[in-house]
Amino acid sequence: MTTDITRLSASELAASLADGTVSSVEATQAHLDRIAEVDGDLNAFLHVSAEEALATAADVDARRSAGDELGPLAGVPIAIKDVVVTKGLPTTAGSKILEGWIPPYDATLVERIKAAGLPILGKTNMDEFAMGSSTEHSAYGNTRNPWDLDRIPGGSGGGSAAAVAAFEAPLAIGTDTGGSIRQPGAVTGTVGAKPTYGGVSRYGLIAMASSLDQAGPVTRTVLDAALLHELIGGHDPRDSTSIPEALPRLADAARLGAAGDLKGLRVGVVKELSGEGYQEGVSARFAESLDTLRALGAEVVEVSCPHFTYALDAYYLIMPAEASSNLAKFDGMRFGLRVQPSEGPVTAERVMAATRGTGFGDEVKRRVILGTYALSAGYYDAYYGSAQKVRTLVQRDFAAAFDQADVLVSPTAPTTAFKFGEKLDDPLAMYLNDVATIPANLAGVPGVSVPNGLSDDGLPVGFQILAPAKADDRMYRVGAALEASLEKTWGGPLLAQAPELKTTELTR
Amino acid sequence: MSTISRDEVARVAGLARIDLRPDEVDRLAGELDVIVESIARVSQVATADVPATSHPIPLTNVFRDDVPQQALSQQDVLAAAPEQEDGRFLVPQILGEE
Repeated sequence: MTTDITRLSASELAASLADGTVSSVEATQAHLDRIAEVDGDLNAFLHVSAEEALATAADVDARRSAGDELGPLAGVPIAIKDVVVTKGLPTTAGSKILEGWIPPYDATLVERIKAAGLPILGKTNMDEFAMGSSTEHSAYGNTRNPWDLDRIPGGSGGGSAAAVAAFEAPLAIGTDTGGSIRQPGAVTGTVGAKPTYGGVSRYGLIAMASSLDQAGPVTRTVLDAALLHELIGGHDPRDSTSIPEALPRLADAARLGAAGDLKGLRVGVVKELSGEGYQEGVSARFAESLDTLRALGAEVVEVSCPHFTYALDAYYLIMPAEASSNLAKFDGMRFGLRVQPSEGPVTAERVMAATRGTGFGDEVKRRVILGTYALSAGYYDAYYGSAQKVRTLVQRDFAAAFDQADVLVSPTAPTTAFKFGEKLDDPLAMYLNDVATIPANLAGVPGVSVPNGLSDDGLPVGFQILAPAKADDRMYRVGAALEASLEKTWGGPLLAQAPELKTTELTR
Repeated sequence: MSTISRDEVARVAGLARIDLRPDEVDRLAGELDVIVESIARVSQVATADVPATSHPIPLTNVFRDDVPQQALSQQDVLAAAPEQEDGRFLVPQILGEE
């Protein structure tokens, strides 16, 4: 019985909660049990907040029996990426420098989740400060891919994606600076959506690159992503880059899409995001998905975005520059780790250097030093300034492409999940994972990854749908249409084809 | 071929306030070349006539009414401090002089 609950999508579970078939306490306990059974192998969670989750669940159940008006996802448990601050729950961002830190406040999106009555199951593993594409840069060990425990779950949000893929949680929160929601979605067979920049408040996210970061939903279905996006999104006065407008109707768009009619919709295939460097099975599934969209009535056209070729280079100038500035707050003075220098005078400056030398991992040091170099005297215009010009060019490419098409599509990632260690010593190879996802961050447009089959190696592949800024509803409509059609041919969700995980017997 | 020298890495690490071990300086000296290659490619298209974009969605300054907001309590703010004294953060000597 408990396993049945964990297999439900969030919207299915919400329906069962609403009609009283299942209580939130039962649902929450079922997911906590599942975590206890499988997370020893997966390591998707850095912290499990069982007590708090069950208390929230009991409260929601009581409010429901009292006849209170509840939101559509009330009582549905959720996992939160550890880069999002949670009052009273440890928040490390995957870094030793924040080990044991308990934030004194909630991120806006966490406030909204709490207000809507979603029990928080815990905090999920990630690359340190969200820097990575494999979760191998976490200071707390690798998260494993539920499809193959020898492979990466993507990154930086590998914990959230693995948790959802392994039925440890029906919903999770991710953050996406260059693809950290979408790429883990692709390699774990789950749905990951990056909203329009400014669509979800960044207040309370531990920032990596402020002009690129965006939080969003990690789920198993497109409708669930739209529902969660509606819950966490919308204007927040505490984030000055938050868009002061109402969100488009996202869940309605997903329901419309699932009905399967895409007549009149123009789908643009981005020429520069295909071909060389894309695994054969990835390209094959992509081509089939285009056929599926055509069969639903969409018109598929090819568009060219010539400057996307430079996006990766611009990203790896902008992101470290902003990260080096954002991470300056980890100075060992007010919170987090403090390390005394081993010799010489004990000044604030030397304590800061010793603290950061000890507390930051290799990839964080690399990016902070790279960014400091790019911003240092004499280089600013040539480096950061030039990269910002490429941003303009990428935006112009998007604008021209959206004149010809309503949505743009590509494979989400060039390959399926690779093995641990395969790309760890080659930062450039690691960065190439994000080649198809980065342009959206540079331009601020929304994107979603939807599972679209298995590659020749039996591992999941993702299909990326990009929409114009503030038109997030379009990506949910197209994503839901593709999902519904593919699930008909598969006879169920793609995750039903994932191998069963070994479970540890519960001692509870 | 490394265009960013060991000395340059050590200097930048100093600016970034990160103590590096000698082996880390060696490794980074090789790896930071990636930025030089990136800038070479970006420079091909980042010509003088292209304006820079700082944020994806155009923004102007955002103001709120000048009304006091609820702030964190002193106790909450100090709760995670490595050291504290008399309700304040206790930090090492700020200036390096004797």
